[in-house]
Amino acid sequence: MASTTGAAPPGPATADLRPGAPPAPDDPASLKVVPARHYARWAAAVAVAVLVAQFVHGLATNPVWEWGVFRDYVLSETIVRAVWVTLQLTAYATVLGFLLGTVLAFMRLSRSPVLQTVAWTYIWIFRSIPMIVQLVFWFNLSALYRELGVGIPFGPVFWSVDSNSLIGTIGAAIIGLTLHQAAYAAEIVRGGVIAVDRGQLEAAAALGIPRLRQIRRIVLPQAMRAILPTAGNEIIGLLKGTSVVYVMSIGELFYQVQVIYGRNGRVIPLLLVATAWYVVLTSLLSVAQYYVERRYARGADRTPPPTPVQRARRFVRTLREAATRRDRPVVPLKTLGPVGESR
Amino acid sequence: MSEVMVDVHGVHKSFGPLEVLRGVDLRVRAGEVTVILGPSGSGKSTLLRTINHLEKVNRGWISIDGELIGYRRSGNRLHELKEKDVLKQRTHIGFVFQNFNLFPHLTVLDNLVEAPVSALRRPRKEAEETARRLLERVGLADKAGAYPRQLSGGQQQRVAIARALALEPKVLLFDEPTSALDPELVGEVLDVIKDLARTGTTMIVVTHEIGFAREVADTVVFMDDGVVVEQGPPAAVLDAPRHERTRAFLSKVL
Repeated sequence: MASTTGAAPPGPATADLRPGAPPAPDDPASLKVVPARHYARWAAAVAVAVLVAQFVHGLATNPVWEWGVFRDYVLSETIVRAVWVTLQLTAYATVLGFLLGTVLAFMRLSRSPVLQTVAWTYIWIFRSIPMIVQLVFWFNLSALYRELGVGIPFGPVFWSVDSNSLIGTIGAAIIGLTLHQAAYAAEIVRGGVIAVDRGQLEAAAALGIPRLRQIRRIVLPQAMRAILPTAGNEIIGLLKGTSVVYVMSIGELFYQVQVIYGRNGRVIPLLLVATAWYVVLTSLLSVAQYYVERRYARGADRTPPPTPVQRARRFVRTLREAATRRDRPVVPLKTLGPVGESR
Repeated sequence: MSEVMVDVHGVHKSFGPLEVLRGVDLRVRAGEVTVILGPSGSGKSTLLRTINHLEKVNRGWISIDGELIGYRRSGNRLHELKEKDVLKQRTHIGFVFQNFNLFPHLTVLDNLVEAPVSALRRPRKEAEETARRLLERVGLADKAGAYPRQLSGGQQQRVAIARALALEPKVLLFDEPTSALDPELVGEVLDVIKDLARTGTTMIVVTHEIGFAREVADTVVFMDDGVVVEQGPPAAVLDAPRHERTRAFLSKVL
């Protein structure tokens, strides 16, 4: 490759680079840029667009979907109330599940072998039992423990109550979902906590910050960065997972939909009703997740990533600028702004 | 001479089968600067970490301003202190880490305010005033609202020093404060430490900066293989070392 026989190397490197010299005719900056053409990409886009159009056309015209029935039911009182039940189940199980999960996570991380073992066993058992099996167990709680009471362990009972009246069907469902969720939440939280740099705890300890405060103020906020994406997955999974409690005849979305199509036989449009609601709720959760993640990213990047609104605004501005400067040969490279100088 | 502020007495520390400290004695007087030098693996950092009880000692004891660290003596027994009490003791001991260990999710001001508010129960407003004064002292008054990652390494370490000072500690420990910095940023951090030395802060500094040791130290301690090999004023230890091991080390780094 390298030639040692003197003489200037060939090619554009011979351009006169002395200051004040007139730009050489082959100076790349003065030439028109012709963007590369991607024929295969265009062909693939056309093919996919045709398939999508076909599918949408089918959705709109195939009578089996029965959009009229869909319209009648999607905002009906029964369905909206069922959505409310679904949301409540999700909210309770999320909040309680993650609270219990956080406790379990710190038990597993504690120095006490007893706490470690108990937490480990809990997680092992509740991850092993299918949710539906567990729910039916809780549904039949009164068969297992007819009365629940408060007293001295293994000693006399001071106060007791019939288990069925204490825990209704909804209560049993919430307990079941919570216990199931806690086992997974524990591992997610633990994963987040061990992802935090050890130096952070050392610094907090060296500053004499009290132990609980170290966890709440220093460790958890940083652990959230690792916890949130997985937790978002879990909560969305839980939202849809609540449909399992139909086995307990609780009037949540999927159960109610089944009841209705059992009566009128319009299976497809009513499944569409459920689908539409699950999609809407999941989308709302995803948006919420985006903003929560953004909040916990404070300090993680030198410049925080723009919000979708900011991004859209900047995109419109770029388009407008591009339209007014059509004649400019150089394509602006930074059309979408900083990609975040992450470190 | 002034009273002894830090007293390290016959300290042994092992990690598993590896004995890192093998009977270290060290005395630091109030208002003095002690610089610890030594090859890597000689136990300097471990010694520093035992002084604020980030590492428990296996044998020996350490006291600061007459108070035993990590233990309470009653009669001829030593009772191990609970974590809560150890944390309280640590508020008297400032520690500056090699990797700064600032809290990245808190602003510079909140980094400085956190410990005084939560550990010393100072009112937030008072803690903020102190924090701003300290930031001015390390030349970063305009960075109070910034997040640590928006600062250069040198600036981060200056914030970390201010954070340690916010507790008004009796002694400041520096664990290789400039080792993680680009060469051109070392000076600004050393200047802050020199300024502290002038104002009579008791300090123990583990470093590789021989020039800094010569200029600032009242006492230079040379450690090797888990023991103090020799100590004395910088002129004696750095220019006329008596021990072969000190001479060998200095010939490598000078």
